[in-house]
Amino acid sequence: MEKVVQRIGLKHGSGGRAMRQLIEEVFLELASPVDGIGLAALDDGAALRIGDRWLVITTDSHVVQPIFFPGGDIGRLSVSGTVNDLAMMGATEPLGLTCAVILEEGFPRADLERVRDSLRDTAREAGAPFVTGDTKVMGKGELDGIVLNTTGVALTDRIVTDAGLAPGDLILVTGHVGDHGLAVMSRRHDLGLQGDLRSDVAPLNGLIRAALAAGGDDVVAMKDPTRGGLAGALHEMAAKARVGIVLEEPKVPIRDEVRAAGEMLGIDPLVVANEGKAVLGVRAAAAERVLAALRAHPLGAHAALCARAVADRPGQVVLDTGLGRRLLAEPEGELLPRIC
Amino acid sequence: MADATTRMQFRDPARARALAARLAELVDALGRPVSVMHVCGSHEQAIARFGLRALFPRGLDVIMGPGCPVCVTDAPEIDEAVALARQGVRVATYGDMLRVPGTAISLEEAGAEGGAVESVYSITQAVELAARHPGEQVVFFSSGFETTAVATAAAILAGVPPNLSVLSVHKYIPPAMEIVAEMPESKVEGFLAAGHAAAITGADVFLPFVERHRLPVVVAGFEPLDILAALVRLVELIRDRRPAVENAYPRCVTARGNVPAQDRLWRVFQTAGGRWRGIAHIPNGNLRLRDAWAAVDARRRFQIDVAGLWDGAPAAHAERCICGDIMAGLRRPSACPLFGRECTPEAPVGACMVSTEGACRIWHTYGGVPDLREAS
Repeated sequence: MEKVVQRIGLKHGSGGRAMRQLIEEVFLELASPVDGIGLAALDDGAALRIGDRWLVITTDSHVVQPIFFPGGDIGRLSVSGTVNDLAMMGATEPLGLTCAVILEEGFPRADLERVRDSLRDTAREAGAPFVTGDTKVMGKGELDGIVLNTTGVALTDRIVTDAGLAPGDLILVTGHVGDHGLAVMSRRHDLGLQGDLRSDVAPLNGLIRAALAAGGDDVVAMKDPTRGGLAGALHEMAAKARVGIVLEEPKVPIRDEVRAAGEMLGIDPLVVANEGKAVLGVRAAAAERVLAALRAHPLGAHAALCARAVADRPGQVVLDTGLGRRLLAEPEGELLPRIC
Repeated sequence: MADATTRMQFRDPARARALAARLAELVDALGRPVSVMHVCGSHEQAIARFGLRALFPRGLDVIMGPGCPVCVTDAPEIDEAVALARQGVRVATYGDMLRVPGTAISLEEAGAEGGAVESVYSITQAVELAARHPGEQVVFFSSGFETTAVATAAAILAGVPPNLSVLSVHKYIPPAMEIVAEMPESKVEGFLAAGHAAAITGADVFLPFVERHRLPVVVAGFEPLDILAALVRLVELIRDRRPAVENAYPRCVTARGNVPAQDRLWRVFQTAGGRWRGIAHIPNGNLRLRDAWAAVDARRRFQIDVAGLWDGAPAAHAERCICGDIMAGLRRPSACPLFGRECTPEAPVGACMVSTEGACRIWHTYGGVPDLREAS
């Protein structure tokens, strides 16, 4: 048996098995029965029944180093993360967002204003108004610069969970995988990689609205492959729906520069975070229709059908490499570039 | 990108399937199971990463042998570096070496105790480190097969700062192949040799081995098609009972190898016998500095008190760890009761889970089960 850890490690925040285990061991205690989807589901957010509609709520705290990175910043990340979590539940029209910020003493005002501008612009892009907020300051060294928390609420007629896959369903990814994680990592470790590694961070509610309009009830499961990457998202979808998933690696859209950076660092693009992508499980008959709707949207131009749900090996993900097959490991721990 | 073109060429699925079909025919025609061994972490990485075992015929067992230089570094060798760190010497080494268990503690633990232990990417960084700390003694704890040893040799020949010395635990692979071939339990009928090491030593370095053991050796590259093509050739040689050395990696390897690099290697190093962790005493399996380089040899510069470490120290080895058998190719990582449970990359028990070249670490990274030949 694994030892019960007495101290929290970085791996407990990295979206993999360690984090799931910590949440189950510590926080599941807080769950109580609700009319709808509550904490116990460990989904992207909660859904509470209001008459014949659903109120979807999600909250997300954001820390990233560096706070400004190629393709985005912590403000854009914060709004996109929350809007996307709502969208993954089927709620694509946010009613309002909150913004709570905790700052470290000495944080530059110019940087704060830059983050504010980014929050504003991204919220406009998503059509999501900020409605309230909170500000705290902590002493120097008590936190690293800035922590942002965003909560979002939205109403929807139909809930989509991350647990709805059944054998035979097909799985789509809305675009290139691995962009955000490798862009941030190569900047953080100052790897001086050439080429245009840029985060994909973006609010996806418009794209998901288009997919749902095309697929309707045939869109049966959604998840955003953030921490833990595509591998983490597929593992969670497989485990919750008790299906196996076969991922066809050659069909996964990955940019050449992302693949090259990954090979150099010894980091698989399948396990790094995406902040502007979604994974959609759809009934086979609707797959082409949903794919076409995704591709017609600017954020879904590179969408691809790359996996399928099967009855074999429930809870596991088989990777078909195009050459052979193996199991895809569930991501665990903090990602570090290869030492030697 | 040139890189993308190369990738397409050596990762082409249609060609891979054709080679796999050929391999299946050959093994079928033999009418019995065949075991072959490779001796290189990079080969295992490619096989596991691309799921190639699912493509191999059922009758073919491709085993990883002692192909991880970090893993075969013996506990008393780690102890030497730990003792130096405790003696106040600044120890620089490759990151993979930090968590390898010594008799009592690892270098990482020696660092946590307050010892000066640093990870470097190359000996060049150790040279820079010594230059930055002129008032201190710096030891480069150098591990790796003959490929890495050439870099160490080149740096020594170029001249190192007076406060830098080298604690060599470099290993030399050909003698280890001999020992594994001679193990009575071994069913290995042929070897894949590592292309990058052979680029330096030349393919002909394996001629005496082939002569003595009557087993074929095929030098292989590291892309999926390189490995498949080399396996086809190896099984053909086994079928024909033809012990020979063949070079299936001619775009990088020649018969004679990189002669100037060999010259550097043997000017600085000589072979010496020594234990490889968990495997055996390997005659000529270690590379030690020649007498001419005594001045930069940490073993001669310092009195290394390893005995002091051993007094009353609890053994750091877990009894149930089967690293030795895994490195000798006798058992698979998945046969270990600790694998993936008590022993993970975050909390490794044995050396094979520490290094990115170790069989356990590689299997764990790529899904944990040997192959999916049984999957639908």
